[in-house]
Amino acid sequence: MEQILRIENIEKYYGSKSSLTKAIDDISFAVQKGEFTAIMGASGSGKTTLLNCISTIDRVTAGHIYLENTDITTLKGRELNSFRREKLGFIFQDFNLLDTLTAYENIALALSIQKKPAKEIDKAVKHVAEQLGITEVLEKYPYQMSGGQKQRVASARAIVTSPELVLADEPTGALDSKAAKMLLERFRYLNTECGATIMMVTHDSFTASYAGRVIFIKDGKIFNEINRGSDSRKQFFDRIIDVVTLLGGDVSDAL
Amino acid sequence: MLCKLSVSNIRRSLRDYAIYFFTLLIGVSVFYVFNAIGGQASMMELGESKNEIVVLITNALSYVSIFVAGVLGLLIVYASRFLMKRRNREFALYMTLGMSKGKISAILLLETVIIGVLSLGTGLLLGIGLSQLMSALVAHLFEADMSAYRFMISGNAIVKTVIFFAVMYLVVMVFNSVMISRFKLIDLMQSGKKSEQIKLKNPVLCVIIFLLSAAVLGYTYYQVGWNYDGLNRTKCLLSFAAGTVTTFLLFWSVAGMLLRVMMSAKNTYFRSLNAFTFRQISSKINTAVLSMSVICLMLFITICTLTSAFSIRNSMNANLRELCPADFEIEWGAYSDKELETPVFEDIVEKYEINGFDINEYFRESVHFHIYEDSSLTLGTFLGNQLEAIRAEFPFLRYDTVETVVRLSDYNKLLQLYGKEPLEMNADECIILANYSSMIDVRNRVLSLNQSVEVFGHTLHSRYPGCVDGFISMSGSRTNLGIIVIPDEIADERFASRDYFIGRYAAESEEQNAEIEKAVKKQFDLMLRADSDYREYTADGEPTVYNWSMTTSKIDICDDSIGIGALITFLGLYIGLIFLISCGAVLALKELSESVDSIPRYVMLRKIGAEEKEITKSLLIQTGFFFLLPLLLACIHSAVGMKFAVYVLSVFGTEDIGASILSTSLILLLIYGGYFLITYSCSKGIVKERK
Repeated sequence: MEQILRIENIEKYYGSKSSLTKAIDDISFAVQKGEFTAIMGASGSGKTTLLNCISTIDRVTAGHIYLENTDITTLKGRELNSFRREKLGFIFQDFNLLDTLTAYENIALALSIQKKPAKEIDKAVKHVAEQLGITEVLEKYPYQMSGGQKQRVASARAIVTSPELVLADEPTGALDSKAAKMLLERFRYLNTECGATIMMVTHDSFTASYAGRVIFIKDGKIFNEINRGSDSRKQFFDRIIDVVTLLGGDVSDAL
Repeated sequence: MLCKLSVSNIRRSLRDYAIYFFTLLIGVSVFYVFNAIGGQASMMELGESKNEIVVLITNALSYVSIFVAGVLGLLIVYASRFLMKRRNREFALYMTLGMSKGKISAILLLETVIIGVLSLGTGLLLGIGLSQLMSALVAHLFEADMSAYRFMISGNAIVKTVIFFAVMYLVVMVFNSVMISRFKLIDLMQSGKKSEQIKLKNPVLCVIIFLLSAAVLGYTYYQVGWNYDGLNRTKCLLSFAAGTVTTFLLFWSVAGMLLRVMMSAKNTYFRSLNAFTFRQISSKINTAVLSMSVICLMLFITICTLTSAFSIRNSMNANLRELCPADFEIEWGAYSDKELETPVFEDIVEKYEINGFDINEYFRESVHFHIYEDSSLTLGTFLGNQLEAIRAEFPFLRYDTVETVVRLSDYNKLLQLYGKEPLEMNADECIILANYSSMIDVRNRVLSLNQSVEVFGHTLHSRYPGCVDGFISMSGSRTNLGIIVIPDEIADERFASRDYFIGRYAAESEEQNAEIEKAVKKQFDLMLRADSDYREYTADGEPTVYNWSMTTSKIDICDDSIGIGALITFLGLYIGLIFLISCGAVLALKELSESVDSIPRYVMLRKIGAEEKEITKSLLIQTGFFFLLPLLLACIHSAVGMKFAVYVLSVFGTEDIGASILSTSLILLLIYGGYFLITYSCSKGIVKERK
């Protein structure tokens, strides 16, 4: 399978010389096209920093990140914007929808800043809305929607541009369990049926169990990595719990 | 501790305070500059009559200052309330930490004091600097000598400014304390978290209201700008009220329709950040309908006030050169009745001689002539068969006024003195002189029909199909309603009424001119006194002849019109400047706070990859729309308003209105445009990516 993301020995330091914090301490791994990867870790383990570095929102201190053989750590200014616009899709914990725009316009915005013609935009938005089951809320404003609907609209916005990589930061963090389950089912559908490559950061084992592969991070280093293989989701969940137990108290608290 | 908190608060929210501070600064300095004018003018060596005018101007400016203080006070209360709202979460934090409301009030009090003292101090400094520039304008307006001028500070104006602003800040403090005492912790903590509710107005209702108010506005425009029938105070007030209401309704309906109109253009709407931009604009306008209407009206008043003020002043100066071609004029009238209706002719030169004075003593050149009044020739009979039609249109004219008649040779002598070409006409012709534009309109209607005029039993025809520009008496403005010039042969001395003596002083310099003026006036007074002593009186002490005479001098007219010109210019500038900074400040504050509220939106736009260039462009469109929309309507209002003003002010003459409009536009561009630029660049700073 084609390799889409390659991370080589990245490091990220915060603070000054006297009190140095290594948020990421020499992490390397690769993601194949069509993979659904979860990154797990306790608060402060460095998982969000990792995601920020991949999404070019933050810069690495050392190391390289290659997306489709482009070293994104060397991109600057306009290149960064166009990279984000064309290659990446974002899903955030707090949805990050524009409250003044309807669901339809929020999704369309991702395409219109790529300067796609209005006709094409309309087709793409309706298509992705169907995939995520939000056709009936398209004309509503964020304040008129439930949390689950908002997150699915945000997901639709993330994938409507057919990005190489969808990055999700705690996507279920602000959802109740029913809405979370529904959203994750949609993620799995997008992954298996539409071939979307998804990388998701979470501290919730249940959420992680929907992925095909889980990378555990502790104190800025990769602690463990497990693949689902042919296991059922339940079996995979149990294996994740085992690792989490090994990881220590922090994460199990979050369960 | 409290002091430290206050200082660091101000430093931290400098961004929010910048516009507030800037506005206070301008407010204080403008206030000082205009209150210091009296002191500055008194330093220049002005004539006695000019000094009287300076007192008048100083008084007028102090009265207007009270109004200005009111406007600025409202602005400051508005701005401080606005800044308070931005800090609800901060207050919530203080309260959860257990700080009492009294302490929070104390922090705010300190902040207001610090801002107040700083703005007063720097504002006064700026004002003192600016007022030196102002004195150049004062000197220019009064045509005074600047050589005696030195740097000056008006203690009076400083005290006044400090007192007025101290009172304003006190009001703000009271207001803040009241607001704090009403705080509820839960509301403070939740403020800013509630997402905006978008309510689209009923589009049909919007279109109906838009069309309706546009129609009413159009009718109002017609009434004020083109149809002056039965124009009176009630009609003017009604028009202004209609304009105000329709302005509000127009903004209200445009706010509702704008987005729908833009959304219907799908290709534009879904291009780049347009959807976002239009939504932002629409929500901004929706929440600011009232303030936009107020700002639009204030801009309208500013534009009209400034343009009229400049134009009156410009025309007055132009008028003086044209309408005062000689130095001194004596108009001598005598009547046999108390109501001054039956004239008795008396010769001025004879009068002077009888009383032992030489009228020509001080004059290099002069003309002496008299006019005639034929009691059967009134404005009414002049208009002939057009009288009823014209009376229906102009019911306020006095149609029984007896027309003034002058002999051609006398008028030509006067023209020679005034340095103009003489008139010519045949024995059966007459010429009508006038320079008051609406009377010219009335008379031309008759003259174009070639109607004849009966004078002293002779039938005369006008040589020209319209009035000829001209006058006998010198004046500061165009007030000649009509004089009929007749051939010398038909003049009947039995109808001679008032006698004129108009001359030019035998003076070589300005100083000599002023000296002669004094002497001539004194001579006239002495002559009048001697004349009244010599007159005959009836048994009840009533004179047999009532004297009604007056003098007109170029210097008096000039001083008067300079004074009126200066007064109008100062008042226009004062009110205009204050209104402009108020408009600018309100818009800027609103726009900046919107930008702060929208920071997360811009962060999100960047995350999904919007170009920095597109974001700046969106911001420019938003700010531009917000500033231009009220200005646009204000300009349309002003176009009609100025048409009306030209009509009302026609007595001053407003032909050269282009230059006035240009000056107004420059001031508008400078201040309003300045606020726009500051707002735009501040907004850019606010939404800028923070690393």
